[in-house]
Amino acid sequence: MILRRPFFWIILAIAALFLYLPLRSNDVSLREDLILIAIAIILASNLNLMIGYTGYVNFGHIVFYGLGGYIGLYLATVLGWNLVLSALMAGLAVSVCALLFGLLILRLRGAYFALATIGVLQAVQAFVANFDPWGRSTGMYLSFAVYQPLGGAMRALWLTYYLIIAVMALSMILSLAIKNSKFGLGLFAIREDEDAAVVLGVNATVYKAIIYSVSAFLPAVAGALMFYKNGMIDPSIAFEYMLSLEGIVMLMLGGQGAVMGAALGAALYEKLRSFLLTSPTLSNFHLVIAGGLLLLVVLFAPGGLIGWFYRVLPRARKVIE
Amino acid sequence: MKNVALLASVLILLVTAGFGQQTLTVGFTESKTGALNVDSLEQYRGFELWRDQVNAAGGIKAGGKSYNIKFASYDDESNSKRVQQLYTRLILEDKADFLFSPYSSPLTATAAVVTEQYGKIMLTTGAAEGKTYTLGNHCLFQMFAPAPEYLKVALDALKTKDPKATVAFVYEDSSFSVAVVTPAKAYAQQLGINVVFTEAYAPATTDFSAIIDKVIASKATVLLGGGHYADGSTLARQLYGHKVPLKMLTLLVAPDSPQWTELGDAAVGVTVPSQWAPQSAFKAQYGPSGADFAKAYAAKYNTPPSYESAGGYASGLILQRAIEQSGGIDTAKVADALNATDITTFYGRTKFSTAANEHGLQVGHSMVLAQWQKDKSGKLVKEVVWPLAGKSANLVYPMR
Amino acid sequence: MSGVLASMIDGLLVGAVYGLAAMGLSLIWGVMDVINLTHGAMIALGMFAMYLLFGALMTNAYVLLLPVMAAGLLLGIVVYWMSVHRVVGRPMLMSLLSTFAVNMMVIGIGTAIWSTSPYNVNFSLPGITIGAYTFTGNHIAAAIGAVVIALALQLFLYHTRTGKAIRAVADNREAAELMGISTTAVLTIAFGIGIALACTSGALVSTLFPFTILSGATYQLKSFVVTILAGLGKPFGALVAGVLLGLLEGVVTPFIAVSWIPLIEFGLFVVVLVAFPQGIFGRATA
Repeated sequence: MILRRPFFWIILAIAALFLYLPLRSNDVSLREDLILIAIAIILASNLNLMIGYTGYVNFGHIVFYGLGGYIGLYLATVLGWNLVLSALMAGLAVSVCALLFGLLILRLRGAYFALATIGVLQAVQAFVANFDPWGRSTGMYLSFAVYQPLGGAMRALWLTYYLIIAVMALSMILSLAIKNSKFGLGLFAIREDEDAAVVLGVNATVYKAIIYSVSAFLPAVAGALMFYKNGMIDPSIAFEYMLSLEGIVMLMLGGQGAVMGAALGAALYEKLRSFLLTSPTLSNFHLVIAGGLLLLVVLFAPGGLIGWFYRVLPRARKVIE
Repeated sequence: MKNVALLASVLILLVTAGFGQQTLTVGFTESKTGALNVDSLEQYRGFELWRDQVNAAGGIKAGGKSYNIKFASYDDESNSKRVQQLYTRLILEDKADFLFSPYSSPLTATAAVVTEQYGKIMLTTGAAEGKTYTLGNHCLFQMFAPAPEYLKVALDALKTKDPKATVAFVYEDSSFSVAVVTPAKAYAQQLGINVVFTEAYAPATTDFSAIIDKVIASKATVLLGGGHYADGSTLARQLYGHKVPLKMLTLLVAPDSPQWTELGDAAVGVTVPSQWAPQSAFKAQYGPSGADFAKAYAAKYNTPPSYESAGGYASGLILQRAIEQSGGIDTAKVADALNATDITTFYGRTKFSTAANEHGLQVGHSMVLAQWQKDKSGKLVKEVVWPLAGKSANLVYPMR
Repeated sequence: MSGVLASMIDGLLVGAVYGLAAMGLSLIWGVMDVINLTHGAMIALGMFAMYLLFGALMTNAYVLLLPVMAAGLLLGIVVYWMSVHRVVGRPMLMSLLSTFAVNMMVIGIGTAIWSTSPYNVNFSLPGITIGAYTFTGNHIAAAIGAVVIALALQLFLYHTRTGKAIRAVADNREAAELMGISTTAVLTIAFGIGIALACTSGALVSTLFPFTILSGATYQLKSFVVTILAGLGKPFGALVAGVLLGLLEGVVTPFIAVSWIPLIEFGLFVVVLVAFPQGIFGRATA
């Protein structure tokens, strides 16, 4: 069923492109650029499940990424687990935590829910900064020898890249699958009018808790992989509030609700940010430009790029989801 | 006519190639902005002075060639995420041959991950935390004496002046300060000094009232700790504002900066463990003497050098010597030369550990304790008060 | 004077400023159902405004509060027209995003002008010493300033025409329209006042410690906590809740490491949000 959707094949093609381009010329620099874009797409796509599909704004989304990073790194270094296993376990652990937390805070609506997610992010960051086994404010540093089982640092970095691209493809496929399922319809109903949906038999509490938990899984796995690649983690880089908010900007820019919208917004924003940060004159203006863009989109084009594209070419709706 | 020009340019190229003028790129990041900017600037000036002096003398001469030094650098904004991206960029795009560290232990630890991943040599300065060198590196070389040395000098001085003093440790909860205070506490207990209060504050703390109240309640008469310039200077200012009755205040890093005098009365009597002081009279086997270094620095920047500047300059000096010894810029050969280094420069003795479990740790360098005192005209000057053998003035105790 | 008591007094002083900072957020939220995400940046701008004025005029920093307040009001009106006017009444996400966008722009411009290196306003009032403990003059002045401004706001809202108009619009916008109140004008002024309060609280704390354009962020988070504790739209309630929060910090710090405070506060925040959706004192809103 999902294999029949043309967009599924488009996702695979995109992933193949991400793999092929840097590999072709062994271009490490390009790989570093693409990995940042892939992470942005992972975060935005999974955030889309909460914001675009269910209509609940999650301001603290990055907490899943950071927590996944900590758990994954702890398993891989202190307990010596295999990388893939550590990442999967991190994803699972964070999802379970999200389920439990979700049941608590998802009874809140609208702005209160958004604020609660900020509270959760800050509370987790404060906890980790005091938690001895995870290095408190100093964080954890990987021994340089940890890459040896994978064949050395260079090979380990390429391996992590492949895994992250896989997670990226999975994120987009997950979004696509949910969108075309009965579960997804229930989410859309909650977004449009939660009370009506409940009356019509949608178990809103369960649906919301499930999607909150699901939206945590892949970002946590990505976090475990990414921080493994970075070789270190500390509370300030794991739980960057700004990254959480930039995820929302990416969604709005690309067009929330659409799978391609999340991916497009993420890719464009990440490219823009990299360009601005390394340009000597403009590096200070990256926030101004990003903010200005967001303002324009919110005030004048709330459907984002994809919204505009759908209006121009309505038939594309079936293909580019 | 065109042919003549072409021939001429080819000849010129051949001639200059014959002279062997090459370029050596050294990469690093500075914290031009952010909380570390004051200390990072001093470190950068050390690098810059070295580069300018060497290039003026024709570059580094090794293996029959001369290497002109070029810097590739970016602003890391005192932020570790930026450090990762920028060091990757320095290695992959700017093609740096060698790297210097950023300023501060946490940023250096982050940079080390990248340089080790790509197998590039990095000389670290402005970074005293020793844990980075226990992670199994091959190409890191530490210029600073490691963290456990810092408060030893303060505790030794305290033991002779007032062994009955009550000590509070109030320090930044970050890798450097933790690496300083943890062994210092053990050392204090070893010396029989009474530690009455210990607490770490989060790195971005700007309001110390809560902790200061606790210090007062503990009846401590000596406070040791701090972190870097921003928090250290604020802590000193607020301790003064709260009129805490301290007989000795030793803060890390911050009081060593020439900017310290801006604190006015809050600055008087504060002691700082220092990697180097202009009064240190080492006999330099290589490079300029301490007096020459201080003079050249003051002439160029209109301010006396701090120990961060000395560390920066010394990093360049040691790298230069290793390149000369190995006859070129091949990473493996230069690494061997660095591993074999055991020399005294204006900065003191420099020797790197070659043991696998602490490769690159600095084992030759030792520290002094300096104190800000008012001279006869009432001006604030920094004097070396410990060890007794190299002091330029006596420790003023109680400090105020 | 015991350590715990000294700590509580310090907490009280700092809490008054938390309360003042939260008042602006609470007012805007209560009147137009907009969560102002520029709040933190505005607090930071207040700090810089004091820095600039103090640098230029070198007078008693606390006298300079009035121009800062006026500038804040004007700034608020500009921000309202730029980003809030079009999205009032639309889904909450829109106003969250538009104010967040303005926040990013202000921080970006602030970083470009002042970078993230710390700045100081070097002005000190003499403190009060009781026993071994000294309460700095700056802390005391900030607390007094906060209380005075809160009282002034309360008087304004309950005893002036504009104030009453604001409360009417907060209660029921359509009914207020029907009564002949120009809601656009009222919303504009209310937003302006909210920003002015934020800027003033920033100016009040600028003398306490070094700050950067990012320093407003902690105050913004505390403002959220306080506003939720107090419930919306009751500015004086926000002051009280702020003081209580500061008191809580003061009571707890002598016994545990200071670094645990944020965890306690945010834990409390989430608990209150879930258990008391109307706030501990407040009224219910949509």
